Amino acid sequence: MIPELGHFALILALLLAGLLGTLPLIGAHRGIGAWTALARPLAAGQFLFIAFAFGCLAYSFVNNDFSVLNVATNSNSQLPLQYRIAATWGSHEGSMLLWVFMLGAWTVAVALKSRHLPDEMVARVLGVMGLVALGFLLFLLLTSNPFDRLFPPAADGRDLNPLLQDPGMVFHPPLLYMGYVGFSVAFAFAIAALIGGRLDATWARWSRPWTTLAWSFLTCGIMLGSWWAYYELGWGGWWFWDPVENASFMPWLIGTALIHSLAVTEKRGTFKAWTVLLAICAFSLSLLGTFLVRSGVLTSVHAFATDPRRGVFILAFLALVIGGSLVLFAMRAPKVSGGGRFEAVSRETMLLANNVLLIAAAGSVLLGTLYPLFLDALNLGKISVGPPYFDTVFVPLMTPLVFLMGVGPLARWKQATLPDLWQRIRWALAVSLVTALLLPFAAGTWKPMVSFGLLLAAWIVTTTVVNIRERGRGVRGGIVAQLARQPNSYWGMIVAHLGIAVFIIGVTMVKGYETERDVRMSVGDKVTVGGFTLRFDGTSETRGPNYRAARGSFDVSRNGQHVTTQFPEKRVYNAGGMPMTEAAIENMLTGDLYVSLGEAVDGGAWSVRVYHKPFVTWIWAGCLLMALGGLLALSDRRYRVAMRREAGVAGGAAARG
Amino acid sequence: MSKKLLIPLGIFVVLCAFLLVGLWRDPREVPSPLIGKPAPPFNLTQLHEPAKSLGPADLKGQVWLLNVWASWCVSCREEHPLLVELGKSKVVPIVGLNYKDETVAGKRWLAQNGDPYNVSVVDRDGRVGIDWGVYGVPETFVVDKAGTIRYKQIGPITAEALEKKILPLIRELQKS
Repeated sequence: MIPELGHFALILALLLAGLLGTLPLIGAHRGIGAWTALARPLAAGQFLFIAFAFGCLAYSFVNNDFSVLNVATNSNSQLPLQYRIAATWGSHEGSMLLWVFMLGAWTVAVALKSRHLPDEMVARVLGVMGLVALGFLLFLLLTSNPFDRLFPPAADGRDLNPLLQDPGMVFHPPLLYMGYVGFSVAFAFAIAALIGGRLDATWARWSRPWTTLAWSFLTCGIMLGSWWAYYELGWGGWWFWDPVENASFMPWLIGTALIHSLAVTEKRGTFKAWTVLLAICAFSLSLLGTFLVRSGVLTSVHAFATDPRRGVFILAFLALVIGGSLVLFAMRAPKVSGGGRFEAVSRETMLLANNVLLIAAAGSVLLGTLYPLFLDALNLGKISVGPPYFDTVFVPLMTPLVFLMGVGPLARWKQATLPDLWQRIRWALAVSLVTALLLPFAAGTWKPMVSFGLLLAAWIVTTTVVNIRERGRGVRGGIVAQLARQPNSYWGMIVAHLGIAVFIIGVTMVKGYETERDVRMSVGDKVTVGGFTLRFDGTSETRGPNYRAARGSFDVSRNGQHVTTQFPEKRVYNAGGMPMTEAAIENMLTGDLYVSLGEAVDGGAWSVRVYHKPFVTWIWAGCLLMALGGLLALSDRRYRVAMRREAGVAGGAAARG
Repeated sequence: MSKKLLIPLGIFVVLCAFLLVGLWRDPREVPSPLIGKPAPPFNLTQLHEPAKSLGPADLKGQVWLLNVWASWCVSCREEHPLLVELGKSKVVPIVGLNYKDETVAGKRWLAQNGDPYNVSVVDRDGRVGIDWGVYGVPETFVVDKAGTIRYKQIGPITAEALEKKILPLIRELQKS
């Protein structure tokens, strides 16, 4: 009964999405007040039914209803509760339902938080989001119904893929989707502005916090995915340039360009057409990512079922949404060009250059991801594009990007002069160069790539210091009082940029100094990696809720001093019998010690893989700082002030402040 | 309308065309360099009768299938019912290559799920798998009367692949 109710709720949500995607848009166009006013209640109703459907699916998973096909193929009665809940979005159908659920949630959030906006604008924004929801609900109901029944019911489920039975996997998809889908808000604002012909600075201010929020979620989502791959896949990699990872990275790059471009549009009134195009692209790439992952046009370690029917549906939807937006853009954008002028050396130019670099980066990721498909489609053979391509392309693109990241925030709007800039950054440059040259010696061996990576990181840090010092130089009060007056959005930028520096340090140190040993170990054998000595103390049998495992014990010492004991596991899951490696990782500020059990060899010996990964946690710490920077910028009080002021004007009440 | 503004649309249309073509291709279909080449020789002990061994030389003169399987392989369960059907029909002899598996686990797995194989041979360390270019389990090879590999199925056999590709090919090869 519950699954049928869920199915029915989805159908109702589809109807409401259909109404939301038409009536308010027509109402705003023709000026029918009653129809525009429908936008908010329809958005709320749509979300309610989607949430209900989602709850029904979760209920079926929690209560082990193996008469539902989706539950029977992705869960098991022995699966612990938290993973049964996570299994709700572990399958294709479930994850698409999560997608729609998130979209509904964002739509309602916009409906609730837009009291200060003109009704017409709200109607258009919600209407566009309703159209997107309509497409995805149709996709769910026509090709991927999560509530399909299985008759006769299975006695027990096939179990969730053991790789996904992990805390990281519980949160990774929701966060990632929050980011993906969050870009639909920026997209809807852009389309609404194009339709209404009101592409001004106010538009940028309205959509900016939404974009920053979505971007922060996406950053966290990608970070969690990378972290999960690191400790769960058992060989210590943290990024594979896998098509599915690329699918999330492309919207991130464009999203990054978008939040910077929005800042320029809001503050200076320029880049309007450019910003709109970026908003369309960011969401388009989210959709494209969904297509790539869900249609099976590319092979990937994330191996999802291939079903051409689904692929055709998403492709048609993609063509409609993205194609339609780009046509609208080509028709309407000429009317919105213009805006403040700026010189060749100015903060605008630098931000523009950074945007171009970010887009070039996203373009090269897209090319690398789709190149095998292009060649295959042209019958030129089958190839795969691997990390060497991406590494080669990325370093040259990121270098000028990082350089501009240092100078940009110091340059004046409109017009800056090179001698003045040089005056202010020469110490930063000198300190960075010296640090980059000397620091690798402290790590042991001097390597050119390490030195180069550290130069980039040091450059960001030193220019940030220059920036903070200049901001702190005020007339009134001391440096502390002056800095305390800086808005949160300023600190958001500082934190996010420092996050990049931390990230670069992590990547540089891991690439430069990681060490790895593949050894066959009997009880009592020792191996030394990165200054740590590990002694193998044998294995013992253990049992988990739904698996058996051989658990190895390794005594870790450094210079004869005991540091810790590590327990890597080799698990065999009861359903499916799939063996899984559970690495033991000792996190330290200056590096991780990573031990994973390979195969048992004769006589109690095991093949063992040990890695020392210097500064690897800095990679994810850097991402967290970036996301934190985004949230900090969001908390800026000017958004709340502006909201109150506009609400006052819109309501016809006396303007406050 | 300025032409410059149509560039993004143009790029997108081209992209869509490629994606559409891509949808009808199977990215997993990798041409095997071994097709048309003689089956790599081996001489492996049989799973159920360890005293006996078997190799491609013993099968000369008939069309046969080599199916790579293991008790730990999840996708093998997917194709197994089809193989059991095929085994019952006795259209073609099927040799199982029990790949990197425990003998006991392998036997138990066949007892539970049905044994479609005329003979299963044990490739404990995966050496024969390397010779045959196996890079995932399951994989299935069609070998003709002369001992030449004629087809390779990567991943589980589907009902569609069996009906449209494998069985017609076997019939044709058996006629010649």
